[in-house]
Amino acid sequence: MAKINLTINNQSYKFEAEEDMPLLWAIRDYVGLKGTKYGCGIAQCGACTVHLDGVAVRSCQLPIGTLSKKQKITTIEGIGTPETLSAVQEAWVEEQVPQCGYCQSGQIMSAVAMLAENPNPTDEDIDAYMIGNLCRCGTYDRIRKAIHRAAGQTAEEDLGKR
Amino acid sequence: MQTKNTRRDFIKLSSLGGLGLVLGINVAGHAEPVKKIAAKVLELEINPFIIIATDGTITLVNSRPDMGQGSTQAVPSILAEELEVDLKSVQLVQSDGKEKYGAQQSGGSSTVRGLWDNLRRTGAAAKQMLIETAAKRWRVSIDQCYAENARVYLKNSDKSFGYGELAEEASNLEIPQNPVLKDPKNYRYLGKYHKRLDVPSRVTGTAVFGIDVEVPGMLYAATVHPPSVQGKIKTIDDSEAIKIRGVRRVVKTTAYYPGGNTEAVAVVADNYWSALKASRLLKIIWDNGDLAENLNSEKYTKDMYLAAEKEGVRYEEDGDFNAFYNASENKLEAIYETPFLSHAAIEPVNATAHVKSDGTVDVWAPIQGPDGALSETAQLLGVAPDKIKIHAMLLGGSFGRKAFMNFMKEAIDLSKQMDAPVKLIWSREEDMSQGPYRPAMLSKMQGVIGRGNSLAALSHQAIGESIQGQHWGALMPYQADNWLGGELSKENHKYNFPVHKVTYSRVKTPIPILWWRSVYASNFGWGQECFIDEMAHKAGKDPIEVRRELLKGNNRDLKVLETLELALQRAPKMAEGNARGIAMFRSFETMSAAAVEVANTEDGIKIVKVTSVIDCGQYVNPDHVKAQTEGNIVMGISAAVKGGITFSNGKCDQSNFHDYQFMRMAEMPKVEVHIIDNLEKPGGVGEPGLPPIAPALGNAIFNLTGQRHRKLPLDLSVV
Repeated sequence: MAKINLTINNQSYKFEAEEDMPLLWAIRDYVGLKGTKYGCGIAQCGACTVHLDGVAVRSCQLPIGTLSKKQKITTIEGIGTPETLSAVQEAWVEEQVPQCGYCQSGQIMSAVAMLAENPNPTDEDIDAYMIGNLCRCGTYDRIRKAIHRAAGQTAEEDLGKR
Repeated sequence: MQTKNTRRDFIKLSSLGGLGLVLGINVAGHAEPVKKIAAKVLELEINPFIIIATDGTITLVNSRPDMGQGSTQAVPSILAEELEVDLKSVQLVQSDGKEKYGAQQSGGSSTVRGLWDNLRRTGAAAKQMLIETAAKRWRVSIDQCYAENARVYLKNSDKSFGYGELAEEASNLEIPQNPVLKDPKNYRYLGKYHKRLDVPSRVTGTAVFGIDVEVPGMLYAATVHPPSVQGKIKTIDDSEAIKIRGVRRVVKTTAYYPGGNTEAVAVVADNYWSALKASRLLKIIWDNGDLAENLNSEKYTKDMYLAAEKEGVRYEEDGDFNAFYNASENKLEAIYETPFLSHAAIEPVNATAHVKSDGTVDVWAPIQGPDGALSETAQLLGVAPDKIKIHAMLLGGSFGRKAFMNFMKEAIDLSKQMDAPVKLIWSREEDMSQGPYRPAMLSKMQGVIGRGNSLAALSHQAIGESIQGQHWGALMPYQADNWLGGELSKENHKYNFPVHKVTYSRVKTPIPILWWRSVYASNFGWGQECFIDEMAHKAGKDPIEVRRELLKGNNRDLKVLETLELALQRAPKMAEGNARGIAMFRSFETMSAAAVEVANTEDGIKIVKVTSVIDCGQYVNPDHVKAQTEGNIVMGISAAVKGGITFSNGKCDQSNFHDYQFMRMAEMPKVEVHIIDNLEKPGGVGEPGLPPIAPALGNAIFNLTGQRHRKLPLDLSVV
């Protein structure tokens, strides 16, 4: 057991836990923020994506013992709330992206990090950056459109739209 | 397993058992009280689905758990349309499995088609009761009154009553059995684009899924199941596991697989990570009997090919197919194969249960049917249903898997053993390697080309394990599984072959199977629709033309085909060298057709674009239909080109998303979805888009390369 001190969404959290516990489980079960999801535990699905000092990381792969309170962790709860959506979340609503929505916290965390790095991504940029986030419901087309929308780009004409 | 409510039974029973007037406060049907109501405010249950409080608060009940298909929007939309209330101003609660809500299983693409008529009547009846009450107060006839936005107005006056003011009196009225329904041209919600109101919660991490449930004093559990699925425990060495800090106990529990029970081992701890980590340190020796040999997908596949050499059990036949086939010169035969597949929802199966010392039970779980959950919990514990509270949570995907509630029963057993609330989460590895799975199946196709190159005869022999047979022992050797028979029947595909035969050969396997998005249609669409193309080529005809001939006189399905053809004609010209294939398949009362465009690239074949057409009759929201169809395109492609589930040496060869893959962003083709508009009875939406995808791809690859592939999955880098 070790004393853990994490800075998540600009708040400090102190608790005792095993150092090898992945950040994912600390966020969910110790800090109590449930927006970050478990999908695979081996960095294959991206449902657990959070930001570590602004960089998208898979929280299932980060033992909390390796983290210091100086590192800023941001979870989906730090991006926006239903009442105060961020621009990316707003775009997700406009495009009606989610079906079940389980993977979307991770998708949005990846998209926000990508847009911070590359405010004007092409389809190829999106393919490369978002490849680590699985969606079993199959919302990829809408995610792509939402990212373009959030970037202020005109979404490609949606031929199927009625 | 003794389960009375089979999936198809749910569909049959999906009409509600009457509207049933129930009065009173503290309505027992509330799954989750959304808002505290002041003591002096009465909540009147106008009927089980509509509760109006005297302060004007309106609560609607969604009886179908939302696994991503949008029932939390679709179900209240149907009610709100006829009740004349604004969806934005109502509260929504999930039904808790009680009988008064009727069938509550999300499955079989039944949410809208199963509830459409009854919920419209339910909403309209309540509205009529409110109008009658107002009319009585004003001493006018009811045709002097109308309802709008949760108020009843007196025509040509400034008088009105809010629903809350009328609710108490209205709830004493007899429920009208044949209320007047709205004219579709006056619809405000049905058939119209509306944004889903729950999307903000699903993009902010605030939507609460089963896995997110927290109960005070809760413990966490991780279970380890026999790798052979049906093995029994010989010995458990938990000496390393119990050293993990936070571990409370290592206990045996019952594991349920289709058709039987066996044993599993659970680690219960103060937190999930400790439970999971410790579970990986357990040293369990399993008694696997003969499973090392028999739990083998290759053996099962061999058995299926052997069965293909013999005649199957007849499901239906027009004419004498064999006599005709044997006497014909111009004929063809081919066998098509589909693999086992995992549902692989990103939320692994999980459940939280609290079996309390006072004899009451709470279950919080992402399950497809709260009614089934209630009866299975009652049966498992021998507890009366009224002592049990089912909290059906949002599902982080399901695709059929979470309608088989073995995980829920494990959580209940663990709570009972620990005398505490327990949250059980199966690790991804357990979720992936235990199934149950979409079965691997074969289609043996035979066809005859008749005079004038007409398509004269078709035989479809379905081969493989039966879901009904494996789960409920409900299939005699002389019976053809009627679920798959129905999907392959002439009544379903409507291709007017003068000579036609459907047979089934059951091949048993201990590999556990289950319905998977679109059930057997996901298997047999592949054989049927690729083979129609094979017959077309042999007859020297165009695949669209051939289907047009086969569907002659069936205008509704022809419209689907024409719509697809038109969409392809209007689309930008295909790049040179690209090719297209088409297919169509009806499932859950909905016809869907698809065209897949493929290109030859240095890295193999690339799927460039998928165009889908769906005729689901009337629908709630075109964007739901479009979203579900897009999802079916993605899942259909994944099923066709990504590796399936295999078993060798008595265990599953796949364990996680690195070795069981599905489509990622970079592989996403362009998609285009067309919905046919008509006033036909609502059909299914959540599944019918899937079955035509794989065969349209197979046909496209043939048109591109001249190679006919008959075995899924296809490796696009080498085909």
